[in-house]
Amino acid sequence: MGKRDRLSGNEAIALAMKGMNLDVVAAFPITPSTEIPQYFSQYVANGETDTLFIPVESEHSAMSACIGAQAAGARASTATSSCGLALMYEMLHVGASLRLPMTMACVTRALTGPINIHNDHGDAMGARDTGWIQLYAENAQEAYDNYIMAVKIAEDKQVLTPVMACQDGFITSHAVENIELLSDEEIGKFVGLYEPAEYLLNEEEKVAMGPYDAPAYLMEHKRQQAEGMMQALPVIEKVAAEFAALSGRHYGLIEEYQTEDAERILVVLGSTAGTAKQVIKNLRAKGEKVGLVKIRSYRPFPAAAVAKAIKKAKAVAVMDKAEGMSGIGGPLFGDICVAMNGLGGPRLIDYMYGLGGRDVRPEHIEAVYRDLAAAMAGKADEEQLIKKAGPYYRYLALREE
Amino acid sequence: MAYQLKEEMSKPERFSSGHRMCAGCGAPLAVRAVLRALEPEDKAAIVSATGCLQASTFPYPYTAWEDSFLHSAFENAGASIGGVETAYRALKKRGKVKGNYKCIAFGGDGGTYDIGFQSLSGALERGHDFVYVCYDNEAYMNTGIQRSSSTSRFADTSTSPAGKVVPGKLQNKKNLTDVVIAHNIPYVAQTTFMGNFRDLHQKARKAVYTPGPAFMNILAPCPRGWRYETQDLMKICKLAADTCFWPMFEVEEGKWRLTYEPKKKLAIEEYLKPQGRFKHMFKPENQWMIEAFQTEVDRKWQDILTRCQ
Repeated sequence: MGKRDRLSGNEAIALAMKGMNLDVVAAFPITPSTEIPQYFSQYVANGETDTLFIPVESEHSAMSACIGAQAAGARASTATSSCGLALMYEMLHVGASLRLPMTMACVTRALTGPINIHNDHGDAMGARDTGWIQLYAENAQEAYDNYIMAVKIAEDKQVLTPVMACQDGFITSHAVENIELLSDEEIGKFVGLYEPAEYLLNEEEKVAMGPYDAPAYLMEHKRQQAEGMMQALPVIEKVAAEFAALSGRHYGLIEEYQTEDAERILVVLGSTAGTAKQVIKNLRAKGEKVGLVKIRSYRPFPAAAVAKAIKKAKAVAVMDKAEGMSGIGGPLFGDICVAMNGLGGPRLIDYMYGLGGRDVRPEHIEAVYRDLAAAMAGKADEEQLIKKAGPYYRYLALREE
Repeated sequence: MAYQLKEEMSKPERFSSGHRMCAGCGAPLAVRAVLRALEPEDKAAIVSATGCLQASTFPYPYTAWEDSFLHSAFENAGASIGGVETAYRALKKRGKVKGNYKCIAFGGDGGTYDIGFQSLSGALERGHDFVYVCYDNEAYMNTGIQRSSSTSRFADTSTSPAGKVVPGKLQNKKNLTDVVIAHNIPYVAQTTFMGNFRDLHQKARKAVYTPGPAFMNILAPCPRGWRYETQDLMKICKLAADTCFWPMFEVEEGKWRLTYEPKKKLAIEEYLKPQGRFKHMFKPENQWMIEAFQTEVDRKWQDILTRCQ
């Protein structure tokens, strides 16, 4: 059974890395994920793991080395944040299209510029179309659990798609929480050994990877890749069930909190779910019918599960921690609109919040629920709000002076 | 054992015919000659940077590579082969791979001197056991003959065109071999295609079988970019060596050795003349260009002679 400890999210990830039977870790430091390769290289230096660590000279090389290692037949992983993830951008596509089931601990941070080291989802959202599965964690425990499950999800023969396990920079990567750990043996047994079907160092059968793909082939290859992403939905649930049997902790594609009879619902990714749950407890105590949907699997997007969870509500606030610069709201809002396409359902309002580490306090979440109440009632103050903040695309806690 | 071309040629080919590289191109010769240095029982894991070589030898669903091969991008052959080599050590240690593998990366001058330079430098510094082979054709040929930092001064390329005001490329060729030597790796060699390929073969053998990083810079002309007759490939390479434009040497554990010294050092015009990219240098008013080119060749040659003493 699990061992309880007090750890930061980064240290928890490094500990998971040690148990995952990885052959190769290649990483380059960047705040706030830096501690992960630091802790890990200490384990290597102390002989606590026989995984080989490549201290590369950039994140582009980190992802390139992981691709080389995984293609060669090794289980490889990395950790990064922000500009590091952006520097990997090209290689994220390449790795995913080669169907290499790598994993990454992504500690989310604002993407420069202006430069800012604090949390938002600008970095991870920039990678949402790269063909990587993305799981988002509410707290350090979930970050640790998601990262372990990532190996099994990625390597599933129906999936063969790399997985990014995201957690919020500083908020969960550096805050120390009570966490329940699995032993290296338990993690190792859970993830098993990497047994690829095709790899460079296969002595029985050689392979060539990364061809020039002419117009006669690329579309079919992309379709096959998309199929792997679609197949990931049931696999994420299956792996979560296996993980629950080991750890006693249950995870779904989404987590619904007090949504059963909720008239007003918040949809969030990551650590803000924790803050929102506390607000919901307080408002429920006053008899308000409020609830929360936390998206755990953002890529693939569990559209059916999300639609089912929010369609009976009257008003829904979608919380976007990345300004997609589309002029019509954030990326999560777009996905929710697709999920609700043709289903009618509640009034949807997008909130841009927490950019560059802007504090997200309970009163901010309460204010969003108040806005939703106004939207439901169609009161005069809602008209005021629309006039001031727009009908569906608003900023939360923005200084306007 | 003495080098016997006939014997070497009787080894099974590891880079098959039927690829789509141009006639008269140096790159496939470089690949075939380097791979011939492998003992037949040794396996190879090969990485190539994006470029003519990769696109023309591995158009889905065909490959010319008899060994396992990976292409992932343009600027990362060093990091990629570093990942492959580390995986090899990890899997070997765990008993998952039994045989001997040699890790070899190929890149053109674009992927090596320029966009892939950081990745190469990082891999050399980290000391992976691999060979990096640069087939240097002095421009970005795959995208249509644009200048690179390896392009010779005055060469007419599609982004350093010889015009009425600008006389082709303004800068001298970067000396990448020197930069690689400064990494203090166990083996560095510069060579090209000469005679019976003895020089290239011997250097490739040392590069492949010296533990740690090794680097080979192979001048590999491009008939499209250099504008020579395809049958003149070998002639041009010999002129490059005989004019001392491309000194043939190696640096083994810091020790410099000249491996070819022309009996008579030819004037640089001999090398420039058969190449259309230097045609404008032969206009009477451009005599200064030839002189400047010769001066740079002489300077570099003297430098090599000093170091090889």
